Amino acid sequence: MSLDEIKLNDVVVILKINDVDMKRRLYDLGFLPGEKVECVLNNPFRNPRAYKINGAILALRDELAREIEVIYEED
Amino acid sequence: MKRIDVALIGMPNVGKSTLYNQFTHKNEHTGNWSGKTVSVNSGVCNYLDTSYTFYDLPGTYSLVSKSKEEMVATDFILFSRFDVAVVVCDATNLSRSLNLVLQTKEICKNVVVCINLIDEAEKKGITIDAKLLEERLESPVVLVSAKNKVGLDCLLKAIYNSKPSNYLDIDYGVLNTFIKSIDKHIADTTYNRKWIVLKVLEQHSYYVDKFKELGIIDDILIDTDIDVSLEVALHLAKRVKEVLDGVIIIENIRDYTRRIDKVLTSKLWGIPIMLILLFICFYLTIKGANYPSSLLFSFFSWLEVPLTNILEFIHIPSTLLDLLVNGVYKTLYWVVSVMMPPMLIFFPLFSFLENLGVLPRMAFNLDRAFSKCHACGKQALTMCMGIGCNAVGVTGTRIIDSKRERILAILTNIFMPCNGKFPSLIAIITIFMVGLNQSYGAFMCSLILTLFILLGIILTFLCSYLLSKTVLKGESSYFTLELPPYRMPNIIDTIIDSFKNRAIFVLGRAIKVAILAGVLIWGIVNFTINGKPILDYLVSYLTPIGHFLGVDGVILLALILGFPANEIVLPIMLMVYLNTNTLISMDNIFILKDILVSNGWTITTALCFIFLFLYRFPCSTTLLTIYKETNSKFYTFLSVIVPLMVGIILCLFIKLFTL
Repeated sequence: MSLDEIKLNDVVVILKINDVDMKRRLYDLGFLPGEKVECVLNNPFRNPRAYKINGAILALRDELAREIEVIYEED
Repeated sequence: MKRIDVALIGMPNVGKSTLYNQFTHKNEHTGNWSGKTVSVNSGVCNYLDTSYTFYDLPGTYSLVSKSKEEMVATDFILFSRFDVAVVVCDATNLSRSLNLVLQTKEICKNVVVCINLIDEAEKKGITIDAKLLEERLESPVVLVSAKNKVGLDCLLKAIYNSKPSNYLDIDYGVLNTFIKSIDKHIADTTYNRKWIVLKVLEQHSYYVDKFKELGIIDDILIDTDIDVSLEVALHLAKRVKEVLDGVIIIENIRDYTRRIDKVLTSKLWGIPIMLILLFICFYLTIKGANYPSSLLFSFFSWLEVPLTNILEFIHIPSTLLDLLVNGVYKTLYWVVSVMMPPMLIFFPLFSFLENLGVLPRMAFNLDRAFSKCHACGKQALTMCMGIGCNAVGVTGTRIIDSKRERILAILTNIFMPCNGKFPSLIAIITIFMVGLNQSYGAFMCSLILTLFILLGIILTFLCSYLLSKTVLKGESSYFTLELPPYRMPNIIDTIIDSFKNRAIFVLGRAIKVAILAGVLIWGIVNFTINGKPILDYLVSYLTPIGHFLGVDGVILLALILGFPANEIVLPIMLMVYLNTNTLISMDNIFILKDILVSNGWTITTALCFIFLFLYRFPCSTTLLTIYKETNSKFYTFLSVIVPLMVGIILCLFIKLFTL
């Protein structure tokens, strides 16, 4: 499952980030395998959405969130 | 006096600039550093017989990425001479900031950790054990609240007492074997060998080339299928967790940010609230600027007489006197008195919303439309700044990371009509579209003005789309935007800051060009060829082109001569119509109507004038800014040709329909 598919207020754990130009930037922002992410806001058009990661709120477009593979914690 | 050079590093939104401003108040000077467009400001602060020079590096999330700001910051730390690096951290989110602290300690031997926003952390129930953190990091840790001036002297003392230590050594796990094998190929150096190895492993071409130039490394072949940047990031994150274990104590968190966010970004309220906030800003600006503008104007025109007397007293030749007073001085004060009051109202209001944290939400709400045009959501913010002043809007595009999207935002900024165009627009709209003495005149006028702004927004999207399909090809880059917690800004600082960084900047440039324009206009009116002023020749040359575009030669000349400032277009026009040799002010709208109508103005003329006035080309201040920001003649040329084409097409369209 990728990050853009999760519902609002869902908490998931990052599995891996696909090979994109922005990979390094995502790492800097705290999107690391094993970290928890929560979707905290949809914008009026649902894309981009805002995620809580490592204590900060960051907005990502679905095009980028699609490259982040996640899994629900209890799985 | 002892001198200490201090580099200030920090992530965006941690209050680094506030700290910088607290220390360097009034002693600031802005300068570009080593030819980069992202500038490093420096300022001096004297405290207890020591002079501290602060270098304000661009806000960075890390020192390993390839974005422009981060390279500037990293380059500065690596290759510049300074004594102490201060890493500014966010007390409300220490784990993210600490990542940057560790990265800085990898390349800098003398680091002081400054944990800012300690007041907000307290409000949120976060306590930080600075002693424990200091032991773990082996660097001084100071808790401050820059906004409230708490802990600033402790920070200066810590900087004063700070001693160089060794580079931070981080265990990179699986990378260790590679690090060992490459280390042999590195010459003796004072730089951190491990960091250089990591750059080689990451195949970071910029730093590999730099260190090759310095003769520290040769060509090194590496063969690994390990994701090096992931390993580096993971081990850094692990180290951050170890360092912070037990340092932060959190109790009953109260956070209103999320609740406000739910409303500000909701389907129903998100967009209307943003529009209302912007409308309030513009309304206050237009309403509030009227009175101080006329006050300044009458003051400066009153000053004209004593100035003339003084100049006559020192026996200046009469032609030169006329040039100085009627040419230069008049144009200058005209521009200043019309331009300054709106800027002094609009920019503090805008900075307030910016510092409060509302503007990032606006970019968040509006991003969808921009991504459809392959542009960046942050362009919405630069467009709003453009309504204040296009030059500021153009400078504001620095917040957009991708170069392509930044150029898009710069080239289309002109489609937002700036403050300076409003008074003339309102006059023409009232005379030709609403009619004088209407009961709902003011309301109708604002409505029509709003329609013109909407047209500008549509044109921005259209041109962004077309440009990104032609000269600025490319997909929209990935967009990341931080939504910082809401923060009540310090009002006085906000006013001072927007005054210093925006108003003065624009005014300075405007004054320079207004002087030149004053001389030019005076020359055209006063110099004659075969008994006729140059002006008459120009008008007759321009008349056929003017008629082709639905206006006349005088209007066209005024639009061209008004290049230095939109505020003087209408005054130049009146000057020519009334056959005087100096700018004419027109407070009485009835007389203005008579003058225009008797010179053949119709509704077609009015519409064509408005379109040409709105979309001819950026004023010279903006154009100069565009050239400085893009550093490209091509893009500056495009910024002229694109709106001009749009203006001409609209005029021809109007002519077609009214014939």
